[in-house]
Amino acid sequence: MKIIILGAGQVGSTLAENLAIEANDVTVVDQDPGLLAELQDRLDIRTVQGVASYPDVLRRAGADDADMLIAVTESDETNMLACQIADTLFRTPSKIARVRSADYLREEALFRKDGLPVDLHISPEQLVTDYIHRLIEYPGALQVVDFADGRVRLVGVRAHYGGLLVGRQLKELPTHLPAEIEARVAAIYRRGRAMLPQGDTVIEAEDEVFFVAAEKHIPKIMAELRRVDKPVKRVMLAGGGNIGLRLAQALEDTVQVKIIERNKERAKYLSEQLNRAIVLCGDGANEDLLREENIEDCDVFCAVTNDDEANILSAMLAKRLGAHKVLSLINRLAYVELVEEGVIDIAISPQQSTISALLARVRRGDVVKVHALRRGAAEAIEAIAHGDPGSSKVVGRRIEEIALPKGATIGAIVRGEDVIIAHHDTVIKAEDHVILFLIEKKRVKDVEKLFSVGMNFL
Amino acid sequence: MIHNGNGQPHALRHRFAAVQRITGLLLMVFSLTNLPPLLVNALYGENVVQPFLMGLWITLFTGALVWWPARHSRAELKIRDGFLVTVLFWGVLGLFGAIPLYFADQAWHSFTDATFESISGLTTTGSTTVARGLDQLPHALNFYRAQLHWFGGVGIIVLAVAILPMLGIGGMQLFKAETPGPMKDAKLTPRIASTAQALWLIYVALTASCALVYWCLGMNAFDAICHAMATLSTGGFSTHDASIGFFSNLWLEIAVMVFMLAGATNFALHFLAWRERSLWVYLRDAEYKTMLGIVVLFGVLVCLPLYFAGTYATLGESVRKGLFQLIAYGTNSGFATADPTSWPAYVPLLIVLSGFMVASSGSTGGGVKVIRLVLFVKQAIRELKRLVHPSAELTLKVDGKTVPNDVVYAVSGFFSVYIGMTVLLTFVMMTTGLDPVTAFSAVAAAINNMGPGLGTLNASYASVSDFGKWVMIFAMLLGRLEIFTLLIVFTPGFWRR
Repeated sequence: MKIIILGAGQVGSTLAENLAIEANDVTVVDQDPGLLAELQDRLDIRTVQGVASYPDVLRRAGADDADMLIAVTESDETNMLACQIADTLFRTPSKIARVRSADYLREEALFRKDGLPVDLHISPEQLVTDYIHRLIEYPGALQVVDFADGRVRLVGVRAHYGGLLVGRQLKELPTHLPAEIEARVAAIYRRGRAMLPQGDTVIEAEDEVFFVAAEKHIPKIMAELRRVDKPVKRVMLAGGGNIGLRLAQALEDTVQVKIIERNKERAKYLSEQLNRAIVLCGDGANEDLLREENIEDCDVFCAVTNDDEANILSAMLAKRLGAHKVLSLINRLAYVELVEEGVIDIAISPQQSTISALLARVRRGDVVKVHALRRGAAEAIEAIAHGDPGSSKVVGRRIEEIALPKGATIGAIVRGEDVIIAHHDTVIKAEDHVILFLIEKKRVKDVEKLFSVGMNFL
Repeated sequence: MIHNGNGQPHALRHRFAAVQRITGLLLMVFSLTNLPPLLVNALYGENVVQPFLMGLWITLFTGALVWWPARHSRAELKIRDGFLVTVLFWGVLGLFGAIPLYFADQAWHSFTDATFESISGLTTTGSTTVARGLDQLPHALNFYRAQLHWFGGVGIIVLAVAILPMLGIGGMQLFKAETPGPMKDAKLTPRIASTAQALWLIYVALTASCALVYWCLGMNAFDAICHAMATLSTGGFSTHDASIGFFSNLWLEIAVMVFMLAGATNFALHFLAWRERSLWVYLRDAEYKTMLGIVVLFGVLVCLPLYFAGTYATLGESVRKGLFQLIAYGTNSGFATADPTSWPAYVPLLIVLSGFMVASSGSTGGGVKVIRLVLFVKQAIRELKRLVHPSAELTLKVDGKTVPNDVVYAVSGFFSVYIGMTVLLTFVMMTTGLDPVTAFSAVAAAINNMGPGLGTLNASYASVSDFGKWVMIFAMLLGRLEIFTLLIVFTPGFWRR
């Protein structure tokens, strides 16, 4: 597929990397020749220097025969305008724009059919806010991702000493759970390495266990793996940018929220926007300020400024001062791996969420959702089974009969409103949403092929 | 990368594993180039099977031997490794390409001569050590020589990148190390493999049409194909001692000139012209226009003295001989219809000098490339302007696009090293007993991948000493890899971790 990416920032370059590895023709446009040169050295892509929304620049980037335009520059306006120009001048079939400002997002009519020709608009801030919100919802979870509009969730937890299942085999899981509750363990990370769970795999303490279950059953299952976590009551946020503000707005009605912002003007603005949350003007890494505000009683500390280093340091400090659980927003993937081994409980990478959303769109076939699990080493995929037993390689077959790529497992199936946890003899029907896990990322193509209809006639 | 017991089988872990794997792989692929000459041999019912079979098996086995221990290496090529693979590959291929020539024992009786011929072929230089008797060589050997040219033309590594997709991103490092020209980041298509494929497709199409034209103009099929391969690669090996002069056919000479210029044109331009179905692409390009300008200007400077000094009787004859020789030397092809050594006044030296400055970047020609010349002159003009307007902000533009300053500095650096190496090697060649002008022409012929020199070295290099031949082999590689790619491997910093 021929893809043009506008903007070589964090999201743009990570996206280019992912897409180039998957054998797409990628062209990246940016104004900064330095960024482009660095990218071109590393990846098999073409780069074009210029203003992303200029028709001539788009033409040079090959817009005439491009299949998809992904606009992820710093500026919302450039992104939306580039989509409009690509639509009017080049009839680009598929256009995606990153739109951050809530002022645009609020007006749903803007993105309707007769409005801006943007097929998909993505707001990374919103994605990250939702993500953190879900984590706070399940204290103890490392990662929570939604499938089938939230009917099924994938949750990652760290197994603790004292958890009921720790030290036991996986096949014992059902005997500990009430009959109507079902779950399936999708992947286990042991000391940073992914392993494919088998029935006789023994869960060890400190393993990261990823399981899939219906939304309402999740707290019960988490209790099997670790001591029961107290619900979150007090949250402290460091950084009052877009993400901080949205998070505070989402949380302030249910829990006590304190938000620390360095800039006085911004702090004033925050206090105007927020009703119950307490806005503190100061430095998130100031020991005295944190002590003063009873950091030791804080259940969750979230560092969400746009500075990676500041986030990491203030989160580490908060942990040392007694915060129960610390989260840090980290843009650089190298840092994410670095800190997740250490003091910081969860590193949140905004690109990961944005890229998951974008990749799902770019990948062909009936793959509707792709989530990278921790550190992007493995993926969880939601795919729809179409066709009939004659034309599809999955429909009408029992799970054990399906030729899954190596390292892949089927975790759950969503049929209409029902969530069916996969067993070896479960039969897949047409229009089922199938949720799979993949230990090896490069097998995504095989999964796409598996779910494409009609190919096996040839 | 650390593999523990249950992981992959123990992979080779030394730091050049990726280099070793790729070099081995490329050698194995290169061994296949011994097959076409065998076919030619069968067609003509001649008996030179043994040398090519030796070439095939020795190259294949050595390649396999190099590749096997590193076959599991998954390490990506780093930028540094790219230089090493490119240098190794050109050097090693030159040696292995000499195997059939050496074992044929027809015209090359020493290892040095065979290697000289092979490297001269691959680097598209076209200097030969065969003093007399090309016409009597078996067809397979003459075809093999033209084939060496042809693979070396656009670049053997570019071909490898085109057909071996698993080189992946490492392919780009190789590509950059091999492609001539100051600005190497401009890709024709987003993926390096399809860029390489496009280049080769154009190259094949041009060669095929060239062969067809030659054939229509009276060459036999064998000569047409061999000369087409030697023309588009701007190589210069001929199947006849008298080169193109053998045919004494005006229209053929014109066709050769046109295709030599096509070979010395940036292949990216050919690509654009083909994609946009328009010849305007050429005339919009500053480098191409400058190239034509240089040819016209030098053409006048060469042809007029020939006429007025009475070297040739008519103006027409002067233009025919003068222009052909100028383009042959300028595009670094090195075909000949006359020997310019005895031409009057400054003409022989000017023709040798033209070898430095007619070929474009991204072409199969050698020399410093027209675009560098353009940048060099524009930089000089900018310095002059800066003296007049000390506080002016002056941008250097080519084709309306700004050229970054580091490219300009790199060009200045390239110039000084290129000229420095030429002077240095000229002195070295003089120690082998050549007179200054001949020595200079030999070095210029080698470093520009031009081919024939002046004086005793016009037709053949048989008279040069073995040491002199090795110096020229070095100079040919130096020129083909544009100096830095080769020199960098000899710096201690390159080998430090």
